[in-house]
Amino acid sequence: MSSPLHDPLSTTVDDNSLIEVKNTTCYMCACRCGIRVTVRDGEVRYIQGNPDHPLNKGVICAKGASGIMKQYSPGRLTKPLLRKAGSDRGDNEFEEISWDQAYAILEERLAHIRATDPKKFALFTGRDQMQALTGLFSKQYGTPNYAAHGGLCSVNMAAGMIYTIGGSFWEFGGPDLDRAKLFVMIGTAEDHHSNPMKIALSKFKRNGGRFIAINPVRSGYAAIADEWIPIKPGTDGALFLALTNEIIKQGLYDRDFVINQTNAAELVNMDEKSTEYGMFVRFEVPKEEGCFDAQNKLWWDRDLNKPISMHTEGVDPYLLGEFKLDDGTPVKPAFQLLVDRVKNYTADWAAGITGIPAETIKRLAHEMGITARDEKIELPIAWTDAWGKEHDRVTGNPVAFHAMRGLAAHSNGFQTIRAMSILMSILGTIDRPGGFRHKAPFPRPIPPCAKTGTSWDDVQPNTPLNGMPLGWPADPDDLFVDEHGGPIRIDKAFSWEHPLSVHGLMHNAITNAWRGDPYKIDTLLIFMSNMAWNSTMNTEQVRQMLNDKDADGEYKIPFLVVCDAFQSETVAFADLVLPDTTYLERHDVMSMLDRPISEFEGPVDSVRIPVLPPTGECKPFQEVLIELGSRLKLPAFVNENGTRKFRDYPDFVVNYETAPDSGIGFLSGWRGKGGEKFMKGEPNPNQWEMYEKNNCVYHHELPKSYQYMRNWNQGYLEWAKRHSLTRYAEPINIHIYSEVLQKFRSAAQGRSDGKQPPDHLRARIETHFDPLPFYSDPLESQLTDLHKYPLNAITQRPMAMYHSWDSQNAWLRQIHAHNYLHVNSKTARAANIEDGAWMWIESMHGKVRCMCRYSESVEPGTVWTWNAIGKASGAWGLSGKANESKKGFLLNHLISEELPAHKDGDHLSNSDPVTGQAGWYDVRVRIYPAAADEPHITSPQFDTIPTAPGSKKFGSHWLRYFAGKRTKK
Amino acid sequence: MKQLALVIDLNVCVGCHACVTSCKEWNTSGTAGSMSDFNPYEEDPTGTFFNRVQTFEIGTYPKTETVHFPKSCLHCEEPPCVPVCPTGASYKREEDGIVLVDYDKCIGCKYCSWACPYGARELDESQKVMKKCTLCVDRIYDQTLPESERKPACVLACPTSARLFGDVKDPDSNVSITIRENGGYQLMPEWGTKPANHYLPRRKTKMTIHKDELTRVDNPLNKERQLPMPDSDEQTLDDIMSW
Repeated sequence: MSSPLHDPLSTTVDDNSLIEVKNTTCYMCACRCGIRVTVRDGEVRYIQGNPDHPLNKGVICAKGASGIMKQYSPGRLTKPLLRKAGSDRGDNEFEEISWDQAYAILEERLAHIRATDPKKFALFTGRDQMQALTGLFSKQYGTPNYAAHGGLCSVNMAAGMIYTIGGSFWEFGGPDLDRAKLFVMIGTAEDHHSNPMKIALSKFKRNGGRFIAINPVRSGYAAIADEWIPIKPGTDGALFLALTNEIIKQGLYDRDFVINQTNAAELVNMDEKSTEYGMFVRFEVPKEEGCFDAQNKLWWDRDLNKPISMHTEGVDPYLLGEFKLDDGTPVKPAFQLLVDRVKNYTADWAAGITGIPAETIKRLAHEMGITARDEKIELPIAWTDAWGKEHDRVTGNPVAFHAMRGLAAHSNGFQTIRAMSILMSILGTIDRPGGFRHKAPFPRPIPPCAKTGTSWDDVQPNTPLNGMPLGWPADPDDLFVDEHGGPIRIDKAFSWEHPLSVHGLMHNAITNAWRGDPYKIDTLLIFMSNMAWNSTMNTEQVRQMLNDKDADGEYKIPFLVVCDAFQSETVAFADLVLPDTTYLERHDVMSMLDRPISEFEGPVDSVRIPVLPPTGECKPFQEVLIELGSRLKLPAFVNENGTRKFRDYPDFVVNYETAPDSGIGFLSGWRGKGGEKFMKGEPNPNQWEMYEKNNCVYHHELPKSYQYMRNWNQGYLEWAKRHSLTRYAEPINIHIYSEVLQKFRSAAQGRSDGKQPPDHLRARIETHFDPLPFYSDPLESQLTDLHKYPLNAITQRPMAMYHSWDSQNAWLRQIHAHNYLHVNSKTARAANIEDGAWMWIESMHGKVRCMCRYSESVEPGTVWTWNAIGKASGAWGLSGKANESKKGFLLNHLISEELPAHKDGDHLSNSDPVTGQAGWYDVRVRIYPAAADEPHITSPQFDTIPTAPGSKKFGSHWLRYFAGKRTKK
Repeated sequence: MKQLALVIDLNVCVGCHACVTSCKEWNTSGTAGSMSDFNPYEEDPTGTFFNRVQTFEIGTYPKTETVHFPKSCLHCEEPPCVPVCPTGASYKREEDGIVLVDYDKCIGCKYCSWACPYGARELDESQKVMKKCTLCVDRIYDQTLPESERKPACVLACPTSARLFGDVKDPDSNVSITIRENGGYQLMPEWGTKPANHYLPRRKTKMTIHKDELTRVDNPLNKERQLPMPDSDEQTLDDIMSW
């Protein structure tokens, strides 16, 4: 404890001889800001934003500034643990073991599985920021059963945008608020994308930009919007389609952009009898090799009144109309099909669905269209397009958008996000100043080249998986299915149930493995994801599944390994616990092979460098994977003679190449023997030191002429190819009309050769793989009695918390120790629920008792709460009586991971049928008061778990943090 | 005369609490520390903070404003907390107007917190002394820090740069100019405390749409031959008219 001091200026507390300052990268959320950590006498004194870092430019958020309390939290695990014999999963009864024992257990088990049936090992990871490594490990192991967390996060946002414009929000692109005049933020919680969004938003507002927030709830960013437009959850697609209708009707689209930068002018075969129905007409049909759009489509020339090859110099095609080719084939430009599609999606129609008045929708369309047209930006930047035409300027239409999970986490989200991307495109805002801008390695082809395996042949014992663990299907033949069209993966990703599930379906992995559908597995390794709590739907039953046994007494999921730095609810269920380090104790890379932190101006990647030694016996998970990879002799981790190839993870990062002498590794900066190359080059033994000297970040700024219009920018595309970001330098035209989706639909209609869906899924595929966006109610709404459950229930994360990570944090938990259900005061009064009173919220799947908070900033048909504030009793180093477990609650108990049995299937995931994105926000509920005699405690409750060996309950009522043991008096 | 102060721009504050924890982080291990927490991992945790953000709603749905309101000691020019202090622990520095507490003299009687109309003072229940914002007086004059970092921790942290720091008595300072030009105001001036900290109000940007912006000759639909046209082999007036 520090002594009180007279004059704060008379004494300097900081004895400089004890001070050490190091740069690294934050990990209190997924932003990955640069931080500068001051350590005094071995303890963290101060964590500040690094002013020289391109991402956060010196600022830091509430979480980042509370990193100290994460580091020293009593919720930390410090020892490898083995479940005590005779205890049940969930009891949190463990015995300490050594790392040697832990490795021996894993080596024996995993080697046996790999030699016999590699699919029986599954690895699923949370928001780990090391998917380049976890993916590599899984591929090398040879299991098809790997995914990161995207399926339960926002994969619809990535997939919907990447399958339309070749890039997406957050890591891969974003709104250019430096130059935008109108900014529309829709369906964005308070955390996606945190500090960069806050920095940009404040600059934007100070520059006089107009900010419109469309969201059922007005909190966080929406609070400072110039206008808040409340919308009913899951109806965003209806809004985008109506906006598109109005913009086209008023002629407010950017015709030149639509013709030259999208496939809207390309002619679609309308001959229903043809196998080519719904496909673009090709003027020559060479084999189209590679993952790019061949420039062999047709436009209709207005002057010659006949078809002509696309992008013929000087030709002005029709966007609207219907035409006949010489052979009689009826054709329409794709734009005509879009117009036909949105014809009935009027503002009046959308008003009834979204709850937004028709006049507001029209006015919004006019604001967007007029701003885009009349506030044009012209930058004197010369560039050459992919067809060789030179331009003396870059033009921008300054309307920018940002969206995230509010759109994504619905079962209609993929088509909603397609609709948004199309709206952004017809306004002419893609990779232009003031609109949406890409970040390297995007734009990539639509879809990108990576593909998974396609049959069981690709999964063989003692052999790496043939294909990437996650890929981008372009065609039904790319699906990872057996000869009957059934799934090969435990989560059924890349199967006909969810063909474009580009980030897997982690949220179904446990349920499927428990049921043995499509098969049983042996070992499930979960890294840093709270699958027995807030990261799973149907939490209560999933906990039971984890603990469920067969008739022979064997667990249905025989072996469960959890690696985490903290005592999560999931750790309590593990058979084997591997204690991870914190972000301040390890090396990490934000790799170009994963999701780097690139800026609009060019690629950026970054690293973490340890500031402190590991606590207890914690080991970074990366080291665990390198060790296991070496022990299992996975080819990437061993020399030809089978000896270990990499000393440790830092050594791996420097020396690993994606293929022999490929020159591509985990880090793009300072490659080549002396650090003279970037993106591609021989390993550089001093690479870590060079990152360390440069604020832990490598930033390559592209020439100005390569910074815009990158989908069609010859200079950029060739640069990207030269530096191996992409395989082809072909233009990436926007898919207003998605031939990729049409291919799946054609298969479902039996129109095409190749892989065919199982009959029971044909109608589902035909409906949802519509090449043009359409609106349908979320699946759960379609299957719910809406008279009984009329309300929508949604969650968001507060700015001061990241998922379940921060309840252990003594400072952050004082900001959010428990959560309320926020209910519009009118809605609450109608249900006879008082402000602050105990109440029930119930869906067709379950019910939760919680406390009500009246609100005027929520749409009356919606109730909401903060996600993951509620905790199981005793978890996260908190006492059994902590507010988080007694007053806090999870909405997850109301949400099912599977849809009710219906015509398409009995156990279909509660997800988008295109992408497998978890439909978190589709749940429908009702609310009613708790009875007067009910206890004032949230329900359901779970038994308090004891403290695990190696963790210590905080022994005092008082925390008086003062960094530096020797400076304390 | 110099009066250091914060100017807080409610127009851009998104309520992220960066100022709250960065303040605690700097000050708990600084000259004003430690800043204790009671029940840090148990029921009803509560601790000392120099700065808190309150969020409230104004109006009735759908005409609602959500306001995030960061609040800390306002370093009043006429601080009511100073004269009530029986031991002289609470004082205002002449050289820069910062209001501080001398912990050694403080007896924890709480008179000052009762006198403060803004609720800006917090008794550290562990040390039993009154604590409050020091404007990071141990940062802002520290010559070992780069000049750009000689600012309160909350100002450096704020992701929306909603917190400005400077001398409100210097008419040419950034804070004075901002107060003057953006309608900066004081909290409860009627109390006569002359708070040095100022707030900037919300400002709205609107768009006016003129009718002629929707009816233009360069409407691209004009290029799409959308008006119906008979085939050229159909009869026209030109073929049959006799006069």
